[in-house]
Amino acid sequence: MADSRAPALVHFRDGSAGREQRVHRALSGLGRLALAALVAASPLSGAAQGLPRGLVADPDPFPSTYRPSPGPPMAIVGARVLTGTGLDLPSATLLVRDGRIEAVGANLDVPAGYERIDGRGRWLTPGLIDAHSHLGVSSAPHTPLSEDHNEETAPNVAEVWAEHSLWPQDPQFRLARAGGVTTLLILPGSANLFGGRSVTVRNVPAETVQAMKFPGARYGLKMACGENPRRTFGGRGRAPATSMGNVAGFRRAWIDAADYARRWERWRAAGGTGDPPRRDLQLETLAGVLSGDILVQNHCYRADEMATMIAIAHEFGFRITAFHHATEAYKIAPLLAREGICVATWASSWGAKMEALDAIEENAPMVHAAGGCAVIHSDDATLGQRLNQEAGIAMTAGREAGIAIGEGEAIRWITSNPARMLGIEGETGSLQPGRRADLVLWSANPFSVYALADRVWVDGGLVWDRADPRFQRPSDFLLGQPGQAPPR
Amino acid sequence: MIARLLALFAFLVAAPAAAETIAIVNARIVTMGPAGDIARGTVLIRDGRILAVGSALTTPPGATVVDAGGRILTPGLIASGTGLGLIEVRSVGAANDRLAHGAGITAAFDAGYGLNPDSVLIPVARRGGITRAIATPLFDDAPNRETLFAGQAAAVSLGGAPMLMRRGVAMVLEMGEGGAERAGGSRAAELVALRAALADVRDFARRRPAYDRGETRAYGLSRADLEALIPVVERRMPLLISVNRASDIRDALALAREENLRIILEGAAEGWRVAAEIAAAGVPVLITPVENLPSSFESLGATLHNARLLRAAGIVIAFQGNGNHRERELRYNAGNAVATGLPWSEALAAITIAPARIFGIDGAVGSIEPGKEADLVLWNGDPLDTLGRPAAIYIRGVAQPLRSRQTELRDRYMQTGGQTP
Repeated sequence: MADSRAPALVHFRDGSAGREQRVHRALSGLGRLALAALVAASPLSGAAQGLPRGLVADPDPFPSTYRPSPGPPMAIVGARVLTGTGLDLPSATLLVRDGRIEAVGANLDVPAGYERIDGRGRWLTPGLIDAHSHLGVSSAPHTPLSEDHNEETAPNVAEVWAEHSLWPQDPQFRLARAGGVTTLLILPGSANLFGGRSVTVRNVPAETVQAMKFPGARYGLKMACGENPRRTFGGRGRAPATSMGNVAGFRRAWIDAADYARRWERWRAAGGTGDPPRRDLQLETLAGVLSGDILVQNHCYRADEMATMIAIAHEFGFRITAFHHATEAYKIAPLLAREGICVATWASSWGAKMEALDAIEENAPMVHAAGGCAVIHSDDATLGQRLNQEAGIAMTAGREAGIAIGEGEAIRWITSNPARMLGIEGETGSLQPGRRADLVLWSANPFSVYALADRVWVDGGLVWDRADPRFQRPSDFLLGQPGQAPPR
Repeated sequence: MIARLLALFAFLVAAPAAAETIAIVNARIVTMGPAGDIARGTVLIRDGRILAVGSALTTPPGATVVDAGGRILTPGLIASGTGLGLIEVRSVGAANDRLAHGAGITAAFDAGYGLNPDSVLIPVARRGGITRAIATPLFDDAPNRETLFAGQAAAVSLGGAPMLMRRGVAMVLEMGEGGAERAGGSRAAELVALRAALADVRDFARRRPAYDRGETRAYGLSRADLEALIPVVERRMPLLISVNRASDIRDALALAREENLRIILEGAAEGWRVAAEIAAAGVPVLITPVENLPSSFESLGATLHNARLLRAAGIVIAFQGNGNHRERELRYNAGNAVATGLPWSEALAAITIAPARIFGIDGAVGSIEPGKEADLVLWNGDPLDTLGRPAAIYIRGVAQPLRSRQTELRDRYMQTGGQTP
């Protein structure tokens, strides 16, 4: 919408010292800060001299080995740019150097030595972030073993980590890349009250999960309200069988977690000498939530259940980062905005089960209009290839209902807002100097069904070019399988 | 005479606005019929049917005039393979009539019975521009249940009661992995079981009196199922075969050839790999154009290019939506096929006139032609685009409400901020 566009030059290059500052930020950015915070705040850190490895927690036992592969400096010139910060620039230039965004604005000069990419007639957005994905943990093809994301053997399995199920050769990662998705939050399933830890990954081809892990991104804890845990466990004659059983299960676990954190705190206060408390991987994850290091990613559909979860968070002193699916968020949008809880939802999906019966297309626009953090997510490998279209459906339905939302605002739902939800908003999700150059150049208005991702960059490195068959390269699983080269 | 009077009576009940003449003027009309695309034209509706369509029509005196303001007017969309009218909530058994687990009712299962025109799914689908649908049964996958046929599909209207248009428009069968599972675990077993069942049906059709006297050999299917399959072996009812792997599609084509059956393929993830053979057999194909996941070993060659390649081979294709509650996404599926190279008019055909022809209801709906029932959608924007929305919907000439339970919820929370007045 024209009225949301900013006048002319908006993001200036940040002065002569800018370049150094950016490099400094790149080296000591979010990754190290988050890690440092984790080490400092963890109930498990301490001197622990002389103790065997593993008795005292290493906050990052499976560290990221991801390394950016940026191309040469480049300038994308003349595209309509949606920055992810709310701005809609009719014709702008974006400069990228060393895998980071250097500048964005109208009438920027292209420095010598920069590859010039013609963006005229096309749209440029931040790389999309799918804030709810099971790629790699619920892989294609579906086999009894590829459904690897629901450890449905107990209602509380906070000790499991999604990254230990993630299969980097899932062919679906490439399809998401062709849809402009550069970052994904891979979550355990929703069969359990506590389903385990999530992992944030870069959408790049890799042989190991560690080579996909987003450097420094914090862990999330998957929690689930509602029908799924009840159906999974109540059907076996064990708790939880009811919604009140769900809540009792949550509260019992937080009491245990608080007790566990206190024992470690006492040990650390006493100088970290002598035998430490016995490590418990399940309670360690919950304690990480209580200390604020691990983000709560909470599957929860109904308004009343979300309100109960907020009350539980207040009771035990932790924050819920996001409600996922949250199809009734529009009923309590002011509350969610006040609490600063993001809402990751769909536009179209509804009705498959009772708790999803009241889903409406305007959920994200109504959360947005109330000042909240709206996110469009997929939870589905087909939809995950067109998050942009799903956002387009929500935006158009919102407009029809009288909520004035411009493209510059709506793009936040699949870029900067999910970045905030994943705790990586200082690194990606918007086109600002210093951010990672995660970019999508679209053939048309990205909210349209006709838009295709012409090119996609992760950290300034090209990971998808629609015109270049090299990027159609299938994952190992599909190599040599029939039907991998349809005529163009 | 009495029959005609009864028919007239039924029509009056069905179409309360029957006497009205409506003129939709100043529309960009995509007729999907012989009149082609009309840049600026008029559609006249009388007694629920299209009276005329063209660029130089005179509006009759007394007609209700609707100014389209230059917007696009299309035929109502047709969703193939839905549970509309049969399902409310998938996970609630009592609210799901799309499948049954009685042993004696498989092929005889008739989706034309038990339809609920008050389903809250219908206004939601209608707001996606869908005016008619092909309701199909699903297989009940209760453990140890070996079932070859899911039952018969029905053509339905989304314009209120009566919902049923025509029953028995196809017999639903699954081949490939699912079919194998239901026939005891192997494709090889299913093909033998199918041929045996069809032989039983032919035998039964010839020897009904002997069957009733108990003088025939034992048949594998119940009497009701045998009866239901007679139109199939007589080519009066097509087999709607859900199938994906290239080799399974070849098996389906061979079965049709050898058993002299009319078939429709559904799914056809690897259809593009055997497009020439499908085209040579003159078999139409229903696909969901966004399905490109290698989600099973029978769809490793799934691709977004399927629609374009099948059509390029000359095959009649129709598109499916995303199931039940998500049928309204049908038009976006068509738009996605356009994004990957299918011409726009071919994509619109695949959700209007093509499914009408495939299921034999093109005499009534599917295009804007004089004499057909007046199913029309006026669009704000492009009907296939996420940025477009329906502005007005007519079924049998009756303007449909643009409301749904979903919009009621929206408005309750948008206007009052909550339930308290």
